[in-house]
Amino acid sequence: MTSIKTTQLRRIRFSLWILVAVSVLALGGAYFVRTIGVREPPPVTVSEAAIRSEFSLIDHNGNRVTEADFLGRWQLVFFGFTHCPDVCPTTLAYMANVLDRFGGEVERVAPIFITVDPSRDTPEVMAEYVQAFHPKLVGLTGSEAEVAAAAQSFRVYYERMEEETAPDGYLMAHSGHIYLMTPEGRFEDVFREGDQSAEKMAADVLASMNGKQ
Amino acid sequence: MRKLIAIVVVAWAVASPAHAQESVRVFDAWARATILASRPGAAYLTIESAAKDRLLGLTTPVAGHVMIHAVEKDGDISRMKHIETLELPAGQRVTLAPGGMHLMLMGLQDKLSEGTAFPITLNFEKAGEIKVDVSVLGIAAEGPREAAE
Repeated sequence: MTSIKTTQLRRIRFSLWILVAVSVLALGGAYFVRTIGVREPPPVTVSEAAIRSEFSLIDHNGNRVTEADFLGRWQLVFFGFTHCPDVCPTTLAYMANVLDRFGGEVERVAPIFITVDPSRDTPEVMAEYVQAFHPKLVGLTGSEAEVAAAAQSFRVYYERMEEETAPDGYLMAHSGHIYLMTPEGRFEDVFREGDQSAEKMAADVLASMNGKQ
Repeated sequence: MRKLIAIVVVAWAVASPAHAQESVRVFDAWARATILASRPGAAYLTIESAAKDRLLGLTTPVAGHVMIHAVEKDGDISRMKHIETLELPAGQRVTLAPGGMHLMLMGLQDKLSEGTAFPITLNFEKAGEIKVDVSVLGIAAEGPREAAE
């Protein structure tokens, strides 16, 4: 009776040790795979990787500029238009708020506002507009073709919507993204006003600038 | 202390409904300062109606035309949509706020300057006309509550 009980206990103990061994192997294996082996694909999609800061436009002082004029600085780029009463001022004010949180690092950043409505947003209009938001903000405009090319390089979509009650009979629809581009003009990150506080976006941008993701 | 009470009373007066009409309340009416008079302005407010009602339109002496706009998000694209009349469900607050519904003020007489105010008249199907004052806040303002803090 006693010996049977002992044998049973031994079996149970043996089974338990097997279970422990299997668990350790499984956990260790999972840890190994996570740290060295298979990684989740990076969150950058193909379209984001294709985003380039490439353009030839007129700045709000009337000078022709290209991406070369901004290389070496991190670029914050937003496409909009000055007839936009809500999303554009909200986003530009948000961008200005972010810039104010950079302190001295703001010198390493070029904030850029590109109009998608160049026929109405002349350099003179852009000058008055951007300066109301932030002294560092650069306004860019150009011909319809030049703006279309710039939007294409940033993979930014915009369209003209006929709306007879709107000023001049149309409105523009556009994506409300702020792109963070590296000093080489490559895509780094994208933000949208309302998704995070200005403080958080400033911290994220600074982390990118200082190589800490 | 007396000063503090006065401040509290003023704050209360500012925060309380702009119009104490029984059936419909319109409050927190504000507009963002505009940079150029030739560009449309945006104004925001909150409406609460005890009974089901409908906002038919708005007028203001500072703009030629007021439109109600909703923002439709289609993936990453924002499209402004003109709303003819705004439905007001009974007892529910309808809030117009940045990034969402807003009043588009077109044909501004002058640019909207921070610190000023202007009247706007709302025309309701049942409640009739209600006039409120709209405070013009800075271009970076996100709302009157934030400004009061």
